[in-house]
Parts: sequence; C-alpha cells; structure tokens
Amino acid sequence: MSEIKESKKALFPMTKKERKLLFDPLNDNNPVTVQVLGICSALAVTSMLLPSIVMAIAVTFVIAFSNLAISMMRKYIPKQVRMIVQLVIIAFLVTIVELTLKAYSYPVYKQLSVFIGLIITNCIVMGRLEAFAMANPPWQSFLDGIGNGLGYGIILIIISFFRELFGRGTLMSGTPIEMKIIGSSSDFWIDTTTNSWFGWYTNNNLMVLPAAALFLLGMIIWYQRSKNTKLVDIS
Amino acid sequence: MNSSKYIIGFTALLTAFVALVLSLMYTGLKEKHKQNELLFEKRAMLGAIQDRAKLNVSDIKDADIIDFFNKNIEQVVVDTKGNILTPEDVEKHGYKGGKAENVDMKKEMKKAFENRILPVYIYNDKNGEKIYILKLFGKGLWDEISGFLALGPDINTVVGASFDHKGETPGMGAEMKDNPKFPAQFKGKKIYDESGKLVSINVRKGGAVDPEHDVDAISGATLTSNGITDMLKSSLENYNNYLKKLK
Repeated sequence: MSEIKESKKALFPMTKKERKLLFDPLNDNNPVTVQVLGICSALAVTSMLLPSIVMAIAVTFVIAFSNLAISMMRKYIPKQVRMIVQLVIIAFLVTIVELTLKAYSYPVYKQLSVFIGLIITNCIVMGRLEAFAMANPPWQSFLDGIGNGLGYGIILIIISFFRELFGRGTLMSGTPIEMKIIGSSSDFWIDTTTNSWFGWYTNNNLMVLPAAALFLLGMIIWYQRSKNTKLVDIS
Repeated sequence: MNSSKYIIGFTALLTAFVALVLSLMYTGLKEKHKQNELLFEKRAMLGAIQDRAKLNVSDIKDADIIDFFNKNIEQVVVDTKGNILTPEDVEKHGYKGGKAENVDMKKEMKKAFENRILPVYIYNDKNGEKIYILKLFGKGLWDEISGFLALGPDINTVVGASFDHKGETPGMGAEMKDNPKFPAQFKGKKIYDESGKLVSINVRKGGAVDPEHDVDAISGATLTSNGITDMLKSSLENYNNYLKKLK
C-alpha cells in the first residue's frame, strides 16, 4: 500500500526501509558521532573545508560501491577469506579514486596526500561491509553506503567549517570562491587591525591542530544527544 | 564450508580482475599524471620569480604557465664541480629528455657529492638580466621539503623563493607553502658574505638577527624551520662551484 502511494509522487520510489537506510546514518545512527568510527581521518583532514568535502565525496564513493560490489558477490565469497576479499575491493576503489584525483585535480591530491590511501583503513567502510553488505541485497547495500558516507561527510564538513573559520579566518580556501572572513590584513572582510569591534580578535592556532577537531566533535556529540532523546542511554 | 580449490580460484580470479583494471587505468592516466607533476613543478618554480616577472602564479592558467616557461626560461644541468652537462650526458644519468626539468633531485641527493647533477633554470629578464633559479631539496619534520631559490644577476642577492612540502603539519610547518609571507622574507637576502664565503640563509627561531642572512622562523614549527635551514645550506653547497664560476 505505502509503496504505491510513494511511487506516485517521488521521482525515485523508495520504500520506508530504503529511506531509513539512507537517512538514518545522518542523525540517529551517525557513523562518527554515534558509532564513533572513522575518527582518525575526521581529525586529520578537517583543518580546511575543501579537503574535507573531497574526502567526504571520496569516502561516500568508496563505501557505496564497495557495498554494492560485496553485496552482489556475497553468495559467492568464501567465508574463510571474506575479510581479504572485502579489503581487495576497498583497496581497488580507493586506488581508482587516487588515480582519478591525481589526473584531474592535482592540487587537491597534493593536499590530501596520504589520507586518500588511508580510506582503506577507515573502519566505517569495513564496518558497513561486514555488518550490512554481507547480508543484504545490492540496492539496499548501495543506499546504506551512500547514507553512511554522507553521515561521515556531514560531520567532517561541520568540523572543518569551524576549524577553518576560527583557525585561519577563511572559508573554502584553495578554490575560486575563497572567502576571507576575518584576519589581520586588508584582504579580509573583517580587518582586525582597523575594525574597532574586533580589534581583540586573533585566529586561534589550536583550531588548526587535530586536537581542536576532537573538542569540536565532542561538542557535536553533546549537542546531538541533547536534542535527540533516542540516543540517550537510560539504563 | 568451501573447498580449498574454490577459495583459491575465487581469490585468483578476483585479484586478476582488479589488477587488470587498475593497471589499465594506471597506464591510461600515466601521461596526465606526469604532465600534472611537471606543471606543478613549473608553477612552483615561477613562484620564485613572480615578483620579478610580474606574474601572479596562483591565478594564471595552466596553458599560460607552459607558454611563459617555454618562452622565457632556459634550462641548464650542471654537476657539483660547476661544469655544464650536455643533454646526452644527462640522459646517461638515466633521465629521459635530458633537460633540467627531468632531473630528479631526490635521487641526486642520495648520491655522493661528486656524482650529483643539478637542474638550473635561467630566466632572461626583460632588461636582459639573468636570474638564476636553483632547486632546493631537503627533509622537514615529517617528509621531504623542496623549493626554488632565485638569485639576481649578482649571483648573491635573492630575488624570490618558493617552497613546497609533502607532509608538514597544516597550519604549522605547512605555512612554508601556504603563507606567502614566509617566502617573501627571502627577497633581498644574500647567500655569500663579503669575503665570498657561502653562508647560506638561516631560518632563525626568535626572529632574524643578521639582516643579510637571516629570516624569521615559522612560529610553532621549529623542526620544519631547521629543516629549511639545512635544505638551503646543503642545496646551495651543491651549486657553490657553479655559482663561483658564474661570478
């Protein structure tokens, strides 16, 4: 019943379950803030917005397609070597991402450098393959992958927004739409050397260091739990 | 439970497929990767002379970079004794193309001092003056650091510098590349003292003391700053004999 109803209005008809797969990881079951996976790269690449966005896209691509591939092969993968097979697929996709970035977006490739390769070790990818793709059909696995990738990406983007703004005073630095918000020269929108309101302000160097990402992540988790009662452990 | 035959067959097939696709992709994109690397290098090199040549390297298009490079830059390869090598000699060292841009400094720095060959780029100024751009290569805190130092026609005064790194800490050591104020300090510094002795340029923690041979270190990045000092010293020593011959 509900399926018929939905297929009328939506361009891409989705059942309730599929929608849950896609949107649950954004909040209720976020891989970073709820499952606390993928923290390492969330701390490392988030000092600026651009690399975070590229990282988010790359991880989403890798999770979605490795989920899809593993799910399609799940009945044929020998149980004894399933982890190795999963790793081969992940490494395969990560190498594709790396080669593509190196060919078509070299500056970003230089900036992310080692972290692209480290997507292989991102526990979200492996976790979704083991927990979901090995037991579910391809389309659902694909959606689950997209959902988890976006759930990871959204946290990365939130953290890097604050880190870049307070650490460097810029946003989207390294792109044509670079915005210089606050800083001590006349290039910036708020110039602390002449502005009488912000004369006290200096960029916080701590924000540039990975430790700041951990503080911000803690605050995001705190905020999320204060809003989302489902996540509060009442036992 | 699967049989061993099935497991081996499955993994072999999967690996073969993955290897095939990746190797095809790698060979297909190899040219483009190489182009990107060379272009990045050229952009960095022009960064060292951007004040002198009135360019803004971060804004110009890739095609213009290549165009400018081909028109105005002369490439020379020298050895540590100061002799200029012919392209054939350079190819004998294993660099196809035989030009300065083909020389890999990472390999050269591993060799013994006498056997190294070094790239030099000469920019012919509009006034007919020659600017010598030298390649720097060394070790920072985490990984390789590199750069270009441009010397004026007196072969002593620095007219510009640009730096690059592989994995220095963003916001700290990485400022050597990201913060244009750091390379800008090198302008006007001198690498030889009055007696003609090579003293290089020191990146000094706590602020420059000697106005001719010191620049301020990057705050919070002492080890990267020390790495830059060492890189300048060792790289300039490589070029010392060549520069002396030029004088």
